[in-house]
Amino acid sequence: MTPHRQWRTTTTLVVLLSACTAAAVVTLRVIDRIRASSPTPEVLYVPSATAARRLSLGYTGLAADLYWTRAVQYFGRKHHENAGKYPLLYSLLDITTSLDPHLLPAYSYGAAFLASAPPNGAGMADKAVQLVERGIQANPNDWHLYYDLGFVQAMELKDYVAAARSFEQGSKLPNAHPFLKILAASMAQHGGDVETARIMWQTTLDSTDDPSLRYNAYKHLQALQVDQDVPQLEALIQRYRENTGRLPASLGDLVVAGWLRGIPLDPAGHPYRLLSDGKVVVQDPKELPFIKQGLPPDYQPTIKTLP
Amino acid sequence: MTARIRSIAFNTFREAVRDRVLYNLIVFALLMVGSSLLMGQITIGIQRQLVINLGLTAISIFGVLIAIFIGIGLVSKEIEKRTVYTVLTRPVRRWEFIVGKFFGLAGTLVVNAALMAIGFFGALLFLMHSFQKSDVYLLVAIYFVLLQFMIVTSVALLFSSFSTPILSAVFTFSIFVIGSFSEDLRGFAGMTQGPTRWLATALSFLLPNFSALNVISSVAHDQPVAGSLILYNTVYALAYAAALISAASLIFQHRSMK
Repeated sequence: MTPHRQWRTTTTLVVLLSACTAAAVVTLRVIDRIRASSPTPEVLYVPSATAARRLSLGYTGLAADLYWTRAVQYFGRKHHENAGKYPLLYSLLDITTSLDPHLLPAYSYGAAFLASAPPNGAGMADKAVQLVERGIQANPNDWHLYYDLGFVQAMELKDYVAAARSFEQGSKLPNAHPFLKILAASMAQHGGDVETARIMWQTTLDSTDDPSLRYNAYKHLQALQVDQDVPQLEALIQRYRENTGRLPASLGDLVVAGWLRGIPLDPAGHPYRLLSDGKVVVQDPKELPFIKQGLPPDYQPTIKTLP
Repeated sequence: MTARIRSIAFNTFREAVRDRVLYNLIVFALLMVGSSLLMGQITIGIQRQLVINLGLTAISIFGVLIAIFIGIGLVSKEIEKRTVYTVLTRPVRRWEFIVGKFFGLAGTLVVNAALMAIGFFGALLFLMHSFQKSDVYLLVAIYFVLLQFMIVTSVALLFSSFSTPILSAVFTFSIFVIGSFSEDLRGFAGMTQGPTRWLATALSFLLPNFSALNVISSVAHDQPVAGSLILYNTVYALAYAAALISAASLIFQHRSMK
């Protein structure tokens, strides 16, 4: 082959390679558009834990990890889409924990995913209890699971008697967090009050190294602070109104009147705002997900994302 | 006798390490171990378990594939290429040829597993920054994987002594799959009656039991492995592999080379 001919062949092949690659990319984009317009149906593919166990050829640990990752991704996608419904979530968690009954994060996070009310979770607190109870059966010496169970019973089901019982049982286990005893007592006496909720979130914050769990607990603690601050400030404003016959123009009026030492800050570090109707709101509710008080009237709550 | 077996084993090892399939599988296994670090980014709370489960499963499955792909040709290829005549015309007994082949491949698998294990422990160290006491059980899990390789190699060698490479691959892989279900087979035997029960029970004892050799899931949770299990698994794997090598030697002994 002459050098000229060789050069021509090389050039032709390079051009062909570039053209075909470009054609493949363009075609793939068209395929993406077609697929986007007809979304793939949500299916479990392997709906039974027994079948998944058999297909795993004995490598059940890896199969459970993959199912758990799938459950996390499924929850994350639905959460991001603000879907509100999570029809496959419990099945994915059920298969995961059947494949590996000792996979503790699947119970703890799984219960949080299932129990929280929409749009933050599936709103299936009963299923969350069922999942954690199965976890306790398989791992009877892990106090975290009793804590998770009591947490769901108290915070979502408002069943403080059951929650107290769960915390009490957990507190008897070796290495149990000392707060479990306090929680058990507190739940029996003052179930549902803010202080008990604060202890629960503080226990979560103190007992985990996981960044997303810590962030979630921290944001809940901030929300509890706002939920306490706002009614107190609004009560002061009402008293000011009763004394002066008018609403204060700003929170600065309360400072001038000597009722406040300074303009109070919300846990995000911004001053609280006073509206013309006497309501107190936070400046940036997006920074304080989970708050129930102090939401601006025009605010549309969105999903509360974890980092 | 020992020198002859050693010589055949060494040549088998040398031949096996020249095989490109071996390197492709090792690279793929190491890629899988590495990918466990990436997969850890898209999951929650199980990063360490994922590296252990994926890493040890990759070592196990790719080792089994290497054992099958190389093991199936150990005898049949020698016959096909007629190189077996060169060996057997020397003062080498047929059973020595089989035993040497077994040790050659077993040695190759040990070296491969060691390479993959270095990659695995490297990935674990990268994730955790240090090792912990319970990581010693990971070595036990790798040891059990090596015992599993011994059994698979002897199964492949048995089929290779009388069948073609393709059929040997199919048979060996089927035995590996069935052996992974041996607990289910026992469960099935317990639920049936009469001849079916006897047949299922006999099969569950005759087929290799890989369930007891798989402790990956429990070591991923830092659960200890009992010393008695290590002892009995070793005895079981040695006895099973020796039985199959004896069977392979017996078949090869009476096989016509014409």
